Amino acid sequence: MRHIISVLMENEAGALSRVAGLFSARGYNIESLTVAPTEDATLSRMTIVTTGSEEVIEQIVKQLNKLIDVVKVLDLSDGQHIERELMLVKVRAGGKDREEMKRMADIFRGRIIDVTDKTYTIELTGTGSKLDAFLEAIDAGAILETVRTGASGIGRGERVLKL
Amino acid sequence: MELTGAEIVVRCLAEEGVEYVFGYPGGAVLNIYDEIFKQDKFKHVLVRHEQGAVHAADGYARATGRVGVALVTSGPGVTNAVTGIATAYMDSIPLVVVTGQVPTPAIGLDAFQEVDTVGITRPCVKHNFLVKDVRELATTIKKAFHIAATGRPGPVVVDIPKDVTYHTGEFAYPAHVEMRSYNPVLKGHPGQIKKALQMLLAAKRPLFYTGGGVVLADAAETLKELARLLNVPVTSTLMGLGGYPASDKQFLGMLGMHGTYEANLSMQHSDVLLAVGARFDDRVIGDPAHFAREQRKIIHIDVDPSSISKRVKVDVPIVGDVKAVLEEMLRQIKAGRERPDREALTAWWTQIELWRAKDCLRYNRKSPIIKPQYVVEKLWEVTRGEAYVTSDVGQHQMWAAQYYRFDQPRRWINSGGLGTMGVGLPYAMGVQFAHPDAQVACITGEGSIQMNIQELSTCKEFNLPLKIILLNNRYLGMVRQWQEFFYKERYAESYMGSLPDFVKLAEAYGHVGMTIEKPEDVERSLQEAFAMKDRLVFMNFITDQEENVFPMVPGGKGITEMILAEEL
Repeated sequence: MRHIISVLMENEAGALSRVAGLFSARGYNIESLTVAPTEDATLSRMTIVTTGSEEVIEQIVKQLNKLIDVVKVLDLSDGQHIERELMLVKVRAGGKDREEMKRMADIFRGRIIDVTDKTYTIELTGTGSKLDAFLEAIDAGAILETVRTGASGIGRGERVLKL
Repeated sequence: MELTGAEIVVRCLAEEGVEYVFGYPGGAVLNIYDEIFKQDKFKHVLVRHEQGAVHAADGYARATGRVGVALVTSGPGVTNAVTGIATAYMDSIPLVVVTGQVPTPAIGLDAFQEVDTVGITRPCVKHNFLVKDVRELATTIKKAFHIAATGRPGPVVVDIPKDVTYHTGEFAYPAHVEMRSYNPVLKGHPGQIKKALQMLLAAKRPLFYTGGGVVLADAAETLKELARLLNVPVTSTLMGLGGYPASDKQFLGMLGMHGTYEANLSMQHSDVLLAVGARFDDRVIGDPAHFAREQRKIIHIDVDPSSISKRVKVDVPIVGDVKAVLEEMLRQIKAGRERPDREALTAWWTQIELWRAKDCLRYNRKSPIIKPQYVVEKLWEVTRGEAYVTSDVGQHQMWAAQYYRFDQPRRWINSGGLGTMGVGLPYAMGVQFAHPDAQVACITGEGSIQMNIQELSTCKEFNLPLKIILLNNRYLGMVRQWQEFFYKERYAESYMGSLPDFVKLAEAYGHVGMTIEKPEDVERSLQEAFAMKDRLVFMNFITDQEENVFPMVPGGKGITEMILAEEL
């Protein structure tokens, strides 16, 4: 099962390596991992997307909690949540393809943020599957480069992860 | 007041009430050593290898329950210490290891004697710190001691760059420390405890399965009271030995790969299992699928939530300090009127006595060659069961665990989790420093003892009157045993052809050496050795080369699928 886990941790040097090290040492999967400081600069918030059986996920949450730098852990998949990922994709957009590429970006509510005679750079936000769908919808040969941030997640409604 | 970093380190250790620092100097820690030279609050023990320093600090911690302290220099000092740190980590032993680091401006430039200490030790510490600012030094050391000793204990590394040791900063040692990210749960959930008790009181075939957590939490007395009150049989892991008196009739002996017949069968056939500070590891329950074939309810008390339901699904988890939880259980039982099912218990005990009658630890006492088991039994007699016994890793370790009956906690000191050969001698040093008047024996093998034999020199310097009990079978015995059973007697590299003359070796280090070759000389030589109260005696027992450790559960098998001595 795919789980999306949020971690609040002390914003200290090496904190990220403790989490990454934990996952590799114990053989847990990481599909994606994003991290940045929060509005409180002493705290970082990390979103980890992982897969595993219920037992494995339970161990992941416990092992994360055991890290001394970790303040709070929340398995967002336990409840309603929203997740978003940002993708920048550079595509071939010359000649007859140029109009078609623009239309596809519009359909997916993407924004063209850089333009040359032959290329567009499109910014796209959404769930991972929406980004996948965009890449499948356009001509694979037109893709020059993609970069994705991995998912960030937050609880729906009044569900809050805070100190 | 303004102090240098080095002064702060020394002051912090003194504030923590540290008695001994085990260490080895080097470039990055010269300033710290200079301050150690100037003070008399604690003693420094100069070992002969950094691995020995960490093991000695670890042995001290195991024998006292206090935080052990080691000090090593950067680079190779740290890499040599890593085995010691990992050993302590696997057995949850509280240590603070202070390591020197190259000056902050040199970090990352491949400086002389530089390693990424925080990176290298990260997977084998409870936590580690790199202190880049002298103003954070005192608080960091305070945190290190706090983290090492509380919750599930463990080693903490404090890495201090050389420039931080000569920079100056205001010194004030914090009386206590609070961390928003670290607050171990100590008090067990009362509802869960109540549920557990109802299960235990209704049990037909209850069993206590106790581990190192009982020893670490100083819960032996409480455990004994509860077990006696409920008349429940008790088995212990290797790490838990001494947590319940081995000579008590409710004790079934150690369980697991080399556990007793009665312990393993009781484990498999119990209907309510109370696991106390134990973690169902592979050496204990063998194949988890085989273990799961029998239905039982499991209650698990542990201070570390991640130990619960890790390998075996648990019915009633209780997170908390083992001692606090057991005390609450006792309180609730005494307050209530419910008592265990006496009839069911009588039937259960009758069954257990049948298993016990198998006498699975018997061996040939008439052998003309010294049997290793016999040496351990005689050691127990000569020391009246009161010695601190350290061991290395291998067959001798299992015989020590099986035949030296530990009635008190913290007397049995060995590397259970990591299984580190070479710990025995430095462990014994740490124990003897902690208890200068106690009898300390190191049961070892000729393979293990050579892994840290340089510490005989440290023992001479500090006149430690250890008794080294070398069970010398000229084989890496446990390897040989597996090769005999599972590799058709192809003894690949398990025979030690060219052993030193251990008597001369002991003498060369300034100690007394003895070689004992006949069973009839065992007891007398042990008495002779322990009568030498101010000398280290190195006793080289020439033992049966092909003796095996029984019972044995082959790797990956179920715990009742034991090979017993008689079956061969």
